[in-house]
Amino acid sequence: MRHLLAIDQLTREEIEAILDRAESFAEVGRRDIKKVPTLRGRTIVSLFYESSTRTSSSFELAAKRLSADLVSVKSAGSSVDKGESLKDTVATLSAYDPAAIVIRHPHAGAAQLVAQWSEAAVVNAGDGKHEHPSQALLDVYTLRRRLDSLEGKRIWIVGDVLHSRVARSNLTAFRKMGAEVTVCGPPTLIPRGIEALGCDVAHSLDRLEEADVVYALRMQNERMAESFVPSIREYASHFQIDSRRLGPRQLLMHPGPVNRGVELSGEVIDSPQSLMTEQVASGLVVRMAILYELLATTGNRSEPASGSPQPVADEPTPIGQGQPA
Amino acid sequence: MSEKVVLERDDVRRTLQRIAHEIAEKNPDPEGLAIVGIHTRGALLARRLHTLLGELTAVELPIGDVDISFYRDDVGAKAPGAQPVVHASHIDFDLTGRTVVLVDDVLFTGRTVRAAIEAVFDYGRPQRVQLAVLCDRGHRELPFRPDYVGKNLPTAREERVNVRLVETDEVDEVTISEPVEAAA
Repeated sequence: MRHLLAIDQLTREEIEAILDRAESFAEVGRRDIKKVPTLRGRTIVSLFYESSTRTSSSFELAAKRLSADLVSVKSAGSSVDKGESLKDTVATLSAYDPAAIVIRHPHAGAAQLVAQWSEAAVVNAGDGKHEHPSQALLDVYTLRRRLDSLEGKRIWIVGDVLHSRVARSNLTAFRKMGAEVTVCGPPTLIPRGIEALGCDVAHSLDRLEEADVVYALRMQNERMAESFVPSIREYASHFQIDSRRLGPRQLLMHPGPVNRGVELSGEVIDSPQSLMTEQVASGLVVRMAILYELLATTGNRSEPASGSPQPVADEPTPIGQGQPA
Repeated sequence: MSEKVVLERDDVRRTLQRIAHEIAEKNPDPEGLAIVGIHTRGALLARRLHTLLGELTAVELPIGDVDISFYRDDVGAKAPGAQPVVHASHIDFDLTGRTVVLVDDVLFTGRTVRAAIEAVFDYGRPQRVQLAVLCDRGHRELPFRPDYVGKNLPTAREERVNVRLVETDEVDEVTISEPVEAAA
């Protein structure tokens, strides 16, 4: 894997390999010293053109726990404020010879462009309404821990699907893992033709009880000016997930940040069915696994530290050799 | 491919028994010991030594295992997909002040041992670290000397030493084989 730009580029096996790796990093997080030397001496640039708490903080902490050096650039307060183009900013930061660039940008395809301009491995941390692959991976990880497997599970993605990159990435990832997905929301907020991605469409919560997992999306208040729904209050009365609509065996997820009282009622957020804090915890270990996968399993360094032609650590191989070939 | 058996099932059993006795002899106070195996087969051998030491000393020693994937010195130097499967490390006890016996199947360049020692130190500060290996095949690249050796195996660098254990390979044996093209 050279870059992580979209979920579609990954096979089910590759997704599972990343999630298995994340399990190992979960163990690192339980130690007193929550850091391993794996990416020592590598530089990772985190470049955020949109506000973010969870994604930026977890990628940054992931880089630090792998011992990488981190340069963190937010558009506010940087040269981006002064009108520097994305290409020029990337060229500038590339002068530090980063091993990876983690980028969030308001326009679809930005990560793909950066991948063309830079030698670094590029991680798409959200590009416009297009994709947010690391979110999908951490959500699959969270569900896999709870349900063992997503095979045959029914997942409802509820809310503003139209503007949601999370919906797009998660729909693809859930389908790849064998789940059946239904997207639900008012017709104005469901992209036309989304059935082509292999999901069902519902315009009301009447059949919500059939879901094993309810994945609520953030109602993007900033879209309200464009009158996709008559009012927030009316939206909430039809599509809010509350304790009346959420059955006791259903799991609840949300990518955050939540608008309390809009897409979710306060009591379901704090209920034991809510996986939201687990999602945040998963975010860290899954992003460690993503960086590891991109940087530690490809030749980003010319030689082993010793200059020895041999793989240097003894590794387990299928028939049980105790040392390298 | 020619393959020569150097330790058979009974040899493996006797060898581990001897190592267990040596560990007990060298550490008269077994209360301060801990056994830590290196994934994958070192961890299995550690479990066996742990059982044998329990019988010898009547002390239930703490046991753990380490996975060294995150501590390798060749990260990024290999082709995609060539990275070993990752296991998590498990050290659920405080090893500060203890004598930690690291266990591995084959001692070769010493790089695995270096990585394992670094991993162990992320869990605490042992008073002493000792090294037990089933086979020492030479060709060291780092200054390590094992405290307990099952068998010294003079090998050519290109040869492979195959340790097979019942738990993973259905048989207990150690063999030496000629290198093959694109080794398995």
